[in-house]
Amino acid sequence: MTLKAFARLCLLPLAVVAIAFFLLPMVRLVITGASSDMGLSAYTAIVFEPRYRATLINTLLLAAATTTATLLIAFITGLFLQRHRFPGRAVLVAMLTFPLAFPGVVVGFMIILLAGRQGLIGDVTLPLFGEKLVFAYSIEGLFLGYLYFSIPRVILTIMAAVEKLDPSLEEAARALGAGPWAIHRDVILPALGPAIVASGAIAFATAMGAFGTAFTLATNIDVLPMLIYTEFTLSANIAMAAALSVGLGLVAWGILVLARSFSGSTIAAAG
Amino acid sequence: MRNRLIFAGQFAFTLAVAAFLIVPAILSMVAGVTANYFRGVRSGLTLQWVMQVWELYADTIARSFVVALATLGVTLLVGIPAAYALYVRGGRLSRAIEEIITLPLAIPGLAIALALLLTYGGFSNFRRSWLFIVAGHVVFTLPFMVRSVMAVFSLIDVKTLDESASSLGASPWRRFRDVIVPNARSGILAGSLMVVTLSLGEFNLTWMLHTPLTKTLPVGLADSYASMRLEVASAYTLVFFVMIIPLLVVMQLFADGEGRQVARR
Repeated sequence: MTLKAFARLCLLPLAVVAIAFFLLPMVRLVITGASSDMGLSAYTAIVFEPRYRATLINTLLLAAATTTATLLIAFITGLFLQRHRFPGRAVLVAMLTFPLAFPGVVVGFMIILLAGRQGLIGDVTLPLFGEKLVFAYSIEGLFLGYLYFSIPRVILTIMAAVEKLDPSLEEAARALGAGPWAIHRDVILPALGPAIVASGAIAFATAMGAFGTAFTLATNIDVLPMLIYTEFTLSANIAMAAALSVGLGLVAWGILVLARSFSGSTIAAAG
Repeated sequence: MRNRLIFAGQFAFTLAVAAFLIVPAILSMVAGVTANYFRGVRSGLTLQWVMQVWELYADTIARSFVVALATLGVTLLVGIPAAYALYVRGGRLSRAIEEIITLPLAIPGLAIALALLLTYGGFSNFRRSWLFIVAGHVVFTLPFMVRSVMAVFSLIDVKTLDESASSLGASPWRRFRDVIVPNARSGILAGSLMVVTLSLGEFNLTWMLHTPLTKTLPVGLADSYASMRLEVASAYTLVFFVMIIPLLVVMQLFADGEGRQVARR
């Protein structure tokens, strides 16, 4: 047998699995999306139907807020941890990356323990303000959950990028009389650009499509994954659920492709 | 003086972020062994909640391991040969294939699960069995296995190895079995750890694909968060942590070791 034939044989199991359990189902999903009375216009309903549009905007805003906050936090902590060596640093890094393997449901539970009815924030605010602050079961709780989910991933990417920075660039800037603020703005930030775009895109796509956290916190939070889920299970509106999930998939995938063309590396969403 | 202030500020900020991540995890671990969380640790420590979780959910824990191992088996059988073929063939077609099998990472699990349900919902024996969940997990974890094995191939110069074995007269199959696979060990191991960890924690797909008789651990977790007292939910989460943390630690050690090996080269 020639190497070429052997290589083809090696790809056979992959082809079978990918076609049977991914490509065919995806085609089926796209067809189902157009199978309701609305036909193809089901695909535009996500933009033109006011109720769906409101959910889409809500989801986009939440994802944008999550991404901005995560990047800001990860930029500060990642830069700090990579630039300084001090006792206990390894423990701190371990603490910041420990939640990497938590599924969305567990993250939701972490938020309930923080901001739920028996949560820590409620216990602290009760004696201070005479009132329990409880926000786990709302969009603010979901924001906190996505933050919890994204911070470890983005910090790791930023730290890896900072490690690869060429220190001579900063030295040159300093020698030319740039202050610390100018160095951060004009040297470090642009050099970290690709890492920031890549990890920001992952955070954004994840926050758009993540389902477990929203599911744990409340079924009535108005975001796209929950809308798809309720359309499918409660309203049995299967065609609309299919059309909406194709839309969600396209947006998430599109953002990652866009980010990749900027940063030039393969990236993937999680969660 | 000014530098010290900046350092202190950044340090405090980093500590606060770490606290945000770690405090709830500690709270949940403590709650899982506290007699009454509302009254706090003063009410005494107990293993009764962990026992209760064991009675209620032992089957979900066992099933999660079965699903994870089956997923691992399939990804090994499918992923290693595929990674080899994609690497030695190269070219545009191989890149396109790699791109397609990586798509499930970008598409939300909800959409993939819906697609699987629409396609196989009619095959009721398959749909009702735990193998349906394995199918979903394979789609989701396969790219990790393929990529991690391909990454090793590009490190060890597999083409030279392959060619020298070939010039000694070894058939493609013998080369694959005796030269390629043993040399890709580290990538296979890293990919396997990743696949098992992801499968054990997978919820987005599994929630849609499961039936009352095929609940996995994360599905059971969501169940307990919705309907059980906080102590039981916490004890269940504690069980999950105990399962997943060793995997994470091994993965970390492994990544460090790899890094050193590459540096030595």
